[in-house]
Amino acid sequence: MKGTICVLAEQWRGRISDVTYEALALGRELADELGVPLTAILTGCNAKDLAGKLGMADSVLYVDHPLLAEPLPQTCAEALAQVMEDRRPRALLVSLTNVSLSVSTFLSVRMGVAAINFCKDIKVLDGRLQSRCVMYGGKIEATVEAHCEPAILCLWPGSRPADLGHSDRSPSVEVTTVALQPSRVRLKRYVDPEAGDVDLTRQDVLVAVGRGIQDRGNLPLAEELAKALGGAVCGSRPVIDQGWLPISRQVGKSGVTVKPKLYVALGISGAPEHIEGMKDAGLIVAVNSDPRAPIFNVAHYGIVGDVVETLPGLTAAIESRKAASQHA
Amino acid sequence: MHILVLLKMVPDVVEDLEIASDGKALDLDYLRMILSESDDHALEQALLLKERHGAKLTVLALDAPEVDDALFTALAKGVDRVLKIVGADTPLSTRQAARIISQAIPRIPGLIPADLILTGVQAIDDLDGLIAPVVAHELDLPFVGIVTGITLDDTGKTALAIREFPGGVRGEFEVTLPAVLGIQAAEKPPRYVPVAKVRTAMKSQSIDCAPVPMLADGGWPVVQVVEMKRNEPSGHVQLLEGDPEAVSEQLCGILAGQGIF
Amino acid sequence: MSTCSVTLENLAQSPEGREIFTCLQCGVCAGTCPYGEVMDYPPRRMIATMRAGMVEKVFTSDSLLACVACYACMAKCPRGIHLTEILLPLMKEQTLAHLPELPGELQRALQNTLRYGNPMGEPSRKRAAWVKTAGVPIRIFAEDRRPADVLWFVECYTSYYPRGQDNSRATARLFHRLGIDFAILGNEEKCAGECGRLTWEPGLFETLMDYNMAVFQKYQFNRVVTSCPHAHNAFKNRYPALGFGWGLEHVTPFLAKYLERLKPLLARKLPRTVTYHDSCCLGRQNEFYEAPRQLLRAIPGVKLVEMVHSRVNAICCGGGGGGMWLDTYFKAKGYERLSERRVREAAATGAEVLAVSCPYEVSRFEDALKVLGYDKRMIVRDVTELLAEAMEE
Repeated sequence: MKGTICVLAEQWRGRISDVTYEALALGRELADELGVPLTAILTGCNAKDLAGKLGMADSVLYVDHPLLAEPLPQTCAEALAQVMEDRRPRALLVSLTNVSLSVSTFLSVRMGVAAINFCKDIKVLDGRLQSRCVMYGGKIEATVEAHCEPAILCLWPGSRPADLGHSDRSPSVEVTTVALQPSRVRLKRYVDPEAGDVDLTRQDVLVAVGRGIQDRGNLPLAEELAKALGGAVCGSRPVIDQGWLPISRQVGKSGVTVKPKLYVALGISGAPEHIEGMKDAGLIVAVNSDPRAPIFNVAHYGIVGDVVETLPGLTAAIESRKAASQHA
Repeated sequence: MHILVLLKMVPDVVEDLEIASDGKALDLDYLRMILSESDDHALEQALLLKERHGAKLTVLALDAPEVDDALFTALAKGVDRVLKIVGADTPLSTRQAARIISQAIPRIPGLIPADLILTGVQAIDDLDGLIAPVVAHELDLPFVGIVTGITLDDTGKTALAIREFPGGVRGEFEVTLPAVLGIQAAEKPPRYVPVAKVRTAMKSQSIDCAPVPMLADGGWPVVQVVEMKRNEPSGHVQLLEGDPEAVSEQLCGILAGQGIF
Repeated sequence: MSTCSVTLENLAQSPEGREIFTCLQCGVCAGTCPYGEVMDYPPRRMIATMRAGMVEKVFTSDSLLACVACYACMAKCPRGIHLTEILLPLMKEQTLAHLPELPGELQRALQNTLRYGNPMGEPSRKRAAWVKTAGVPIRIFAEDRRPADVLWFVECYTSYYPRGQDNSRATARLFHRLGIDFAILGNEEKCAGECGRLTWEPGLFETLMDYNMAVFQKYQFNRVVTSCPHAHNAFKNRYPALGFGWGLEHVTPFLAKYLERLKPLLARKLPRTVTYHDSCCLGRQNEFYEAPRQLLRAIPGVKLVEMVHSRVNAICCGGGGGGMWLDTYFKAKGYERLSERRVREAAATGAEVLAVSCPYEVSRFEDALKVLGYDKRMIVRDVTELLAEAMEE
């Protein structure tokens, strides 16, 4: 495995996460360019079957242990350190998600190597791996290198389309185990969110509100637009934190990931945690008073303006267009 | 019960960020610093636990521009003791800061034993690592991250930490104390403290200073920033211009063309 | 009058404090108060509980959140008690200390004002960005330290909000045409802090006062002219305790003093029916009722009509005393927005233009027009905007 590119295959509640396929797609590119194999590392307990889905990799190293059944970053990092100590890959790609957060830091201190956070993309330059990192809430881009092996590279979701990471191939699977201390952290149970009135993931149109809506009292404006477009209202984290919308309406890292036909982002700045939840929408329209807002990096169409001022006119125009086409 | 809270100052992104002349870092002259948002939540969570269980609260931070404001504000909110570590070379990456903090904690009298060490789960400038896992590793303590709620059991030996997962799912984790928790959000938004109270704290209370400890290990590999630049909108967005009516009409046309309605 | 030193504890020791206890319990204050019917403790009851030694009841209710510092009670009090100036801010400070949780929007406004010098949380370095769009030269003291006759204290909404910037551009053009020798503080300017003081936060106000006085003392000028009536009040009533001794005017009465020079410049006819809303700070507090009307009458074509409640009886837009950041809270409580109440009155006059002279009013009344559906038949304009429009060739 020395010098290979590895991808930590994130699995949670019996499913391989989409971000794993994104990382595999990127890992494949890097491995091919460097002329080295791509290995997926999968941890879990009795989860060997999942290894078959990782065909984009040349091989899968499956680490099995009862303590790896649940997402415990310290334990996972210890297991990864043990299997990588002798194998010494070139780099390990980890995803920045609520499941895998902190694994990279634990792994890097455990192995005495460097980790690079916030990677949006990685490329090969003169045989070196170079990361393009998006930091400071999306406002700064840094080009970063780590000169150690393995380098732990943490990817924001969305580095590559997940589709490109799937493959029908059956990879070779090596099964191994590790010795792990009992954990002082134990998962008692998961609490699923209450079934909301609306399943955001099933909507064709979503009207999302962020801090730029300014006031809970302005929500009806967004609701009217959603109604005119035949969709539902959702929100970014700050709006949920304020209690303006229930948690079932949260889009982003701590909420749901959606792929509607149309996503209208109203007063949402576009921090990576939110973008992650909606970047694959078919058509993204953003309204924001700040022309530099990172949301304009993912939007297809943008309106620079005050959300509260723009909304009523927009809704009215849509309604009259609909009325006109009905009469036609 | 004793709770230690670790605070960090980060660049305030409300003001435009400027790049230094070497093109590899932020221009520090142009920077204002603000308390990292999730650290503010960690402090709030600690204050809530203090209100519930009568814990003693200590706050530790590395010296940085405007850190005194944050520390006096913490005192005004009810923290019992605040300290800052002075004398470190700046600027520090998160990994370097975490190294100093984790080695300072056992060597500054009164910081441990602590039943809980709380800090924000992630900050906007954590390019090369996170604080909480480094502290947990160095002090050999259990860790739970992305925490949005904490309940202590009656014996004080364990805590139930609520951790956030995708899709609004929450995981309840039981963790043996003492432990390090990376806070995502406190159970309530960070409280307001009147400026007058902070000004009173500035006059009547003080920040303890501790020197940077002699660091015990040979250092860790660093990451190298080759280039840093402002993330301008990539330009592929098509901005609709004109007065609100014209813009609405344009957008309508686009949506109709895409079969949205 | 120095009102900095009156506290709840030392009320009995100062004349302003003692006068509070001369209250007749007549209830005119509660009757005049625009939110009187939703307040548990209007001024009359507040003073009654103080006399009964039970004033904590006031602090532990949220009654004072509904006070928009409109001066109506103070203007009507037969004893002349300085309610809005002295008693209410003291009570509000205590309520803040006792509230389990401050409404989020208000908290952010206060935190932003402390940190960035404006309640919107906009970068302090962008405060003077509008200057480039003014179309006339505007001197900034930090860049050109020569003395000026007038220090124009622009203030927050007039610097950062697009509609406020319209006002500033109009003001700059008027100053320029009138040959006023003026300069602004630019990015060095921070909120004068009046709303912090009247709202809940004397500590915030003192911090801003210290800062602003230090900046003033760097430069040489004869008088301060400000676009914001709240800033005008702060400079008039509180800043003298820290040495503020310069001449002081709000833009509207200042321009009225130049009426003879201004009239021939107002060449363009604006055939509009205009109704003027007396702002609380300029109107009731300082009795500047005539100056804005003189200016409006000087515009050719303008026909002035009055609302039912005008001059000392004007109904507040609801933005003072923190009201600017409590709309969410008021909505949750089911209170009617005062700006909507006022706009209905304005619409009833049949006027096409609602003229104002306080920056808060523009956004509040424009919102109300939209909500009530009157926005096609009435627009909101600051007096300076109308003057500048009439001045255009």
